[in-house]
Amino acid sequence: MTGQATAEVRVSERVGAFQHVTLAAPGVVETFRPGNFVSVALGSPGPGDAHLLRRSYWVHRVRASSTHGATVDLVVRPDGVGGQWLAGLPVGSPVDLVGPLGRPFAQPKEAVPCLLVGEGYAASALFPLAERLVERGCPVTFLLAGDTASEVIDGLDVRRSARAVTVVTADGSMGAQGSVAQALPGALQRSEASVVYAAGPTSTLHAVAGISEQHGAWSQVALEVPQPCGTGLCHGCIVPAVGEDAIAHRVRACAEGPVFRGDRIQWGLL
Amino acid sequence: MIALHVAAGCGGTGRELAPYADLTALAGFVTRTLTLDPRRGGRLRIAESRGGLVRAHQLQNPGVDRFLTAELPWLAQQGVATWASVAGSSPADIAAVVRRLATAPGLSGIELNLAVDDAASQRLHDGSTPRGAAEAVRAVLDILPDNLALHVKLGADVRRLPAVARAVAEVGCDALVIGGALPAALDNGTPAELSGPAVLPVALRAVRTVRAELPEFPLVGVGGVATAADVRAFGAAGAGAVQVGSALLHDPSALARITSELEEQS
Repeated sequence: MTGQATAEVRVSERVGAFQHVTLAAPGVVETFRPGNFVSVALGSPGPGDAHLLRRSYWVHRVRASSTHGATVDLVVRPDGVGGQWLAGLPVGSPVDLVGPLGRPFAQPKEAVPCLLVGEGYAASALFPLAERLVERGCPVTFLLAGDTASEVIDGLDVRRSARAVTVVTADGSMGAQGSVAQALPGALQRSEASVVYAAGPTSTLHAVAGISEQHGAWSQVALEVPQPCGTGLCHGCIVPAVGEDAIAHRVRACAEGPVFRGDRIQWGLL
Repeated sequence: MIALHVAAGCGGTGRELAPYADLTALAGFVTRTLTLDPRRGGRLRIAESRGGLVRAHQLQNPGVDRFLTAELPWLAQQGVATWASVAGSSPADIAAVVRRLATAPGLSGIELNLAVDDAASQRLHDGSTPRGAAEAVRAVLDILPDNLALHVKLGADVRRLPAVARAVAEVGCDALVIGGALPAALDNGTPAELSGPAVLPVALRAVRTVRAELPEFPLVGVGGVATAADVRAFGAAGAGAVQVGSALLHDPSALARITSELEEQS
């Protein structure tokens, strides 16, 4: 059940280009499923009038109980008004948090090989998914990307549970030099994946959807478009997508998404 | 206590608001504005300004028929007092939307949206003149069944409001909705509407202006409400009910918070 709570910053540390922020968020994270996101209001909780739009963040990790209670980890790019604010909050600060929000990743019924493609901070959305897929016996392969090494989210836990991890960077500072679009065909062949999950910039997701389809794999993409409220109320994050009824609709990224089947999105109109 | 409504375009389809608000306790849930055919809207839509939101929604909506099949049944099942906000390109077009809604079970009323900036460019009937407004209201009244109430939303242009409000009141409706978003533009020049706390004083002036023109007529105030004090300010200006809108986008629990503030302080 989605809820709103005053969360509290418990840990905040810079890892590479991003700030990793751990929030104690009782009541908000217990029903989290991979692909869900959380929405944050800027400023002190209460009727604010400085920044009236909320900001949405992918969830890197959820812990139902730790030394800090129920926590949620966010990977924040410390730029823009929202990112700078959240990344700069000292430990102990209260944060108006709503979540979990959005439709999660659909997981395969059988233990099929899965390829998880993540670029930049958005790759964080794939880590809880990987954990769940491994639990279900799905062989998981990662393709992680970034402009430069500091923008690649890596993790020992992933390296342990994944069958293989491929890294590409635009400047070649980590892994092979190149883009997701260049590395994906090879990764699809090696992983023999029948399902591709992706999170990253829209242009990358578009490429993933197209290349996956060419290789006969299903793709699910975690779409990131600006979400004014994140809760489905404002109809401001409209995505042109073909529905189950085979009719094109204008749907909300936050409510009907953010996870969509790659072949359902009308990329040219986005 | 002053009755609270959810303003048009700020409550999603109702479902998304349910985790944060008791919708059945609301005096009214107003839908986003519906037209006969679906409207796609533009790409860039919402930006922040200091104290406000700038929205270029261009009346994006799925069309009245899809609302009837995909959204109204849930609202009706929950027992939400649902008001359909409607607009159209002509009085006949508006009437066609209302005719579709008229037989739908579970609707409380119609909110005729005449508070549209630059109607012509949005292919909408111009309800900003006394004559244009009266024509639209008459077209709706001609076909409105007895069980549905009619609210008419007129906006906040205080130079036009007295004459337009009088014209609409003379044709007849259950209440006027006064205030709301103001004409604005996004940074790239796209026509848009400003809402949020920034517009509250403008809306209060608009309500007072109409109250002076129509001392007895039921008025619903809307624009920038975020606290119980804002609600009382609208009451003092002459509104019998208040709509809460963009505050919900910042704080989806705003209705519950305002309600408890009102109860504590009453």
